[in-house]
Amino acid sequence: MEYVMGSYDVIVVGAGHAGVEAALGAARLGCSAALFTISLDTISNMPCNPSIGGTAKGHLVREIDALGGEMGRAADKCFIQSRMLNKGRGPAVHSLRAQADRKLLHQYMKNVCENQENLDIKQAEVTAVITEDGKITGIKTHLGAVYHAKAVIIATGTYLRGKIHVGESSYTGGPDAIIAPMSLTDSLKENGITLRRFKTGTPCRVHRRSINFDILEKQDGDDDITPFSFETDRSGLKNQVSCYISYTNAETHRVIKENLHRSPLYGGKIEGVGPRYCPSIEDKIVRFADKERHQLFIEPMGLDTDEYYLQGMSSSLPEDVQLAFLRTIKGLENVEIMRPAYAIEYDCCDPTELLPTLEFKNISGLYGAGQFNGTSGYEEAAAQGLVAGINAALKIQGKEPLILDRASSYTGTLIDDLVTKGCDDPYRMMTSRSEYRLLLRQDNCDQRLTPIGHRIGLISDERFERLKIKEKQIAEEFERVSTLNIAPSEELNRFLEENGTTPMSTGCKLVDLMRRPQLNYFMLEKFDKNRPSLDFYVCEQVDLKIKYDGYIQKQIAQVEQMRKLNDKVLPEDIDYKEIKGLRLEAVEKLSKFRPFSIGHASRISGVSPADISVLLIWLEQTNRKK
Amino acid sequence: MSTVAAISTPNAIGGISVIRISGPDSFCICDKVFRAYNGKKASEMEGYTCAYGEISENGEKLDDVVLTVFRAPKSYTGEDVAEISCHGGMYITRQILRLVTASGAELAGAGEFTKRAFLNGKMSLTQAEAVMDVISSNSRSELRYAVALKDGAMFRRISSVREKLLKVLGDLAAWADYPEEEDIPFVEPQKLDADLEDIRAELSGLSSTYDYGKIIKEGINTVIVGRPNVGKSTLMNCLSGYERSIVTNIAGTTRDVVEEYVKVGELTIRLSDTAGIRSTDDCIEQKGVEIAYGKIKEADLILAVFDSSEELSDDDKKIIDSLSEKNAIALLNKSDKERKADTGYLEAHFKYVIEISAKHSDGIEGLEQCLEKMFINEEIDAQGGIIANERQKLCLEMSLSSVNNAISALRAGESLDAVTVLIDESLAGLLRLTGENVADSVVNEVFSRFCVGK
Repeated sequence: MEYVMGSYDVIVVGAGHAGVEAALGAARLGCSAALFTISLDTISNMPCNPSIGGTAKGHLVREIDALGGEMGRAADKCFIQSRMLNKGRGPAVHSLRAQADRKLLHQYMKNVCENQENLDIKQAEVTAVITEDGKITGIKTHLGAVYHAKAVIIATGTYLRGKIHVGESSYTGGPDAIIAPMSLTDSLKENGITLRRFKTGTPCRVHRRSINFDILEKQDGDDDITPFSFETDRSGLKNQVSCYISYTNAETHRVIKENLHRSPLYGGKIEGVGPRYCPSIEDKIVRFADKERHQLFIEPMGLDTDEYYLQGMSSSLPEDVQLAFLRTIKGLENVEIMRPAYAIEYDCCDPTELLPTLEFKNISGLYGAGQFNGTSGYEEAAAQGLVAGINAALKIQGKEPLILDRASSYTGTLIDDLVTKGCDDPYRMMTSRSEYRLLLRQDNCDQRLTPIGHRIGLISDERFERLKIKEKQIAEEFERVSTLNIAPSEELNRFLEENGTTPMSTGCKLVDLMRRPQLNYFMLEKFDKNRPSLDFYVCEQVDLKIKYDGYIQKQIAQVEQMRKLNDKVLPEDIDYKEIKGLRLEAVEKLSKFRPFSIGHASRISGVSPADISVLLIWLEQTNRKK
Repeated sequence: MSTVAAISTPNAIGGISVIRISGPDSFCICDKVFRAYNGKKASEMEGYTCAYGEISENGEKLDDVVLTVFRAPKSYTGEDVAEISCHGGMYITRQILRLVTASGAELAGAGEFTKRAFLNGKMSLTQAEAVMDVISSNSRSELRYAVALKDGAMFRRISSVREKLLKVLGDLAAWADYPEEEDIPFVEPQKLDADLEDIRAELSGLSSTYDYGKIIKEGINTVIVGRPNVGKSTLMNCLSGYERSIVTNIAGTTRDVVEEYVKVGELTIRLSDTAGIRSTDDCIEQKGVEIAYGKIKEADLILAVFDSSEELSDDDKKIIDSLSEKNAIALLNKSDKERKADTGYLEAHFKYVIEISAKHSDGIEGLEQCLEKMFINEEIDAQGGIIANERQKLCLEMSLSSVNNAISALRAGESLDAVTVLIDESLAGLLRLTGENVADSVVNEVFSRFCVGK
């Protein structure tokens, strides 16, 4: 029995990190939105590691915040330990990582969604998408309810046709004992969407009192905490917990090796493609056989729970083997498992079927976000969710879509990689994936993206004004130190020598001293008598602008080149075989990936500069014929 | 649009060669390299006018030339165009091109001028297909040339630098992206400095061997190989005109490598004679055999000598196998004697098989013609060849200059994120030829080498 239960502008399927950002984004832009989840108790759940951020992922969270998303604020509210990674390795690779209280984060996000105007939250399993003439019109639930919608965003994470493996046992289901939706896959396939099987895994959760912390290495957070959100006041933030480090040993490896035949992966029971960057402990031992030990991090799941997460110990070996190998590890001799480790297989789409707006090319109004698009990680998911939610709203409102290019953000790089090149295993963001990483720092996300968020309507006028003031202060202070003359003095020369740099004989601009690698803006404060009192974030930007100016100018020039090629749009229906002069390999690659522009085409491996020239001529010819 | 340059006349010795420069900076670049005898600067000349003057490098005159100026839009490409007509000769022409590219021009891509002419509306729509043909056939011939002549040793050496750069970048990427993993080696600036120095040395070595001018001046690195007593030393002596190697009929006489510069027609070849290659227990002779194999690896050209009066032996076949990826000519020596060797087998394995009698200096003209065909007139399109060669050199130089910048930045104490971007650029220079993507390659490198994960 089917019945109509309602009608929305935007329906989001799945309330994980992608789904929540998508629903909040669309609702905040004035669309009526509904967020569907199989269980209201798992909104913004963290079924894997209890942390947010990390290298490159920390950038994503700050970008989400700068665009007007929620994850950054949520992490600032719910963190229990925070660290800035990669200090001393250069500002481009600084990344924030915070341990978060899992329950608190869920509660916080559920409240935000509940209080969001225009947004309804529904507990139901979505079993089908409804389309008409290649256009989305709604969804169906397992109870027979039909909801009409102008746009639908699929954010099913690792749940779609989820299958969990623990040793010889396997069963249908999603993480944390939530049922796995099964029917939606068929509906998507009927609509011409390709689905693939990916695999991931998670380690066990163990009880606090079964760990011997006294003999473990301790890892604490930063004394001076940087928040994720540009809107969070940095004073008053404090760490509440410690993490711990231990190592596997020869005995651990022996136990694992002797039981490899009981792994579903090595026994051939798993068909999904696993991530390269997140191998299970048995993978690590097989692939890196000469390593004597592997590191693991022991992390609390929250303040009011005794569960601890064992980062690095992901496994799909049987429960008894898990217990046996864990107990060989220092500090875990008497460990008790609360939730066993498992591997999970799930359905995901092929992101090359998506536009850079994350809308499916062949179904108007249907979007994909998060792990459903073949990525991995909460942060990657949330960033895509926000972009999908924004684009669904913009389309419904008849506005220009939001396409973030590679030079704008890690978010743009992530999406560009996904839709241009696709992925053969779950995609993780890394700083090395961005060629413009000196521009795309975590410290300047606000300058890069807040104006865009404001233009779209997710950033308030007040917040935008604050940014403009900050930018003005940065520019004025930069100008001041660039024009300020400084004369040599005995004290200054002594200071210069103490810092291992040559003393001055004649005067120079203050900025020239700051540029010296041994010095910086902050160090020269006492020789800068009339320095205005400025916010730390303003000073930080001035310092970086001074230090990195040369590199920044160079990267900006590269960005301009790239954008020119991105502006040359390739029609969707090109038959590349018909274009004379393309090499065979290029024809194959171009036909497969169907790039949106010459810029996209130039980033496909196997398309040479000569092929790009041929495409340019062809495009000019086609345009002139019109 | 960038400013590009290329040699726009067919590559042949003698006559006049033209280097064409097109793009907004054409005249500025000319001002840097050209001095007109009437004192007028290129940037001050009117369109459709010429000036007689000289091209000089670091104050040293390279050639007397005529500079012709075409002002946009009245030029072939529709852009500002300068054409330098110089006195032919591959070496001079290429030196001038190199000077122009060093002064700010990029090397024109395949069919670049025609492409620009078309994009600037200088050609009709019906000509578009022809333009695409020009681009693709040029790029094909460049590629073929690049593979044919530079396959073997040169390509492998480029691959070796590429591997080293990837390794360094893999270390840096893993180090930046996985700061918490204990098995990721900490990147020590001293170690990085040493690695970059090693890469710099290799790149600059490579870049200089790529110098076609140098090939002409210093000769083609040519190695004579063959099993003992097939007449390698006799061939060497025959080519060099006097007895240089010890010639006896005792197999295994040449135990070291003997080098000689020899003029063959237009070309100079740097000839090395090697020990006869055979399975042997004599440890001194064995050493010679090893050296011979080493020489084969480095050579631009191999002359493989076989005794036509004997059947091909296992040692012969072993030699043939070792040359499968080389630029090699099979010389069937002792053509004055009755033939027993299986020529069909040789023809199946070599592109060129020439019969000679080194002892009687017979058949040497055939070898000369063959060499000229390979290195001067090339049946592989000469223009493509020259450009391909020049483009590889330019890519190497881009790569080299980025490594130099990375080393300076590192030594100046700049942070490693900035240094890494410069090393990225260096790898990008090398990958430009194949169209591979730097980020993809580095990410693959990280995952294949390091055990990283949650």
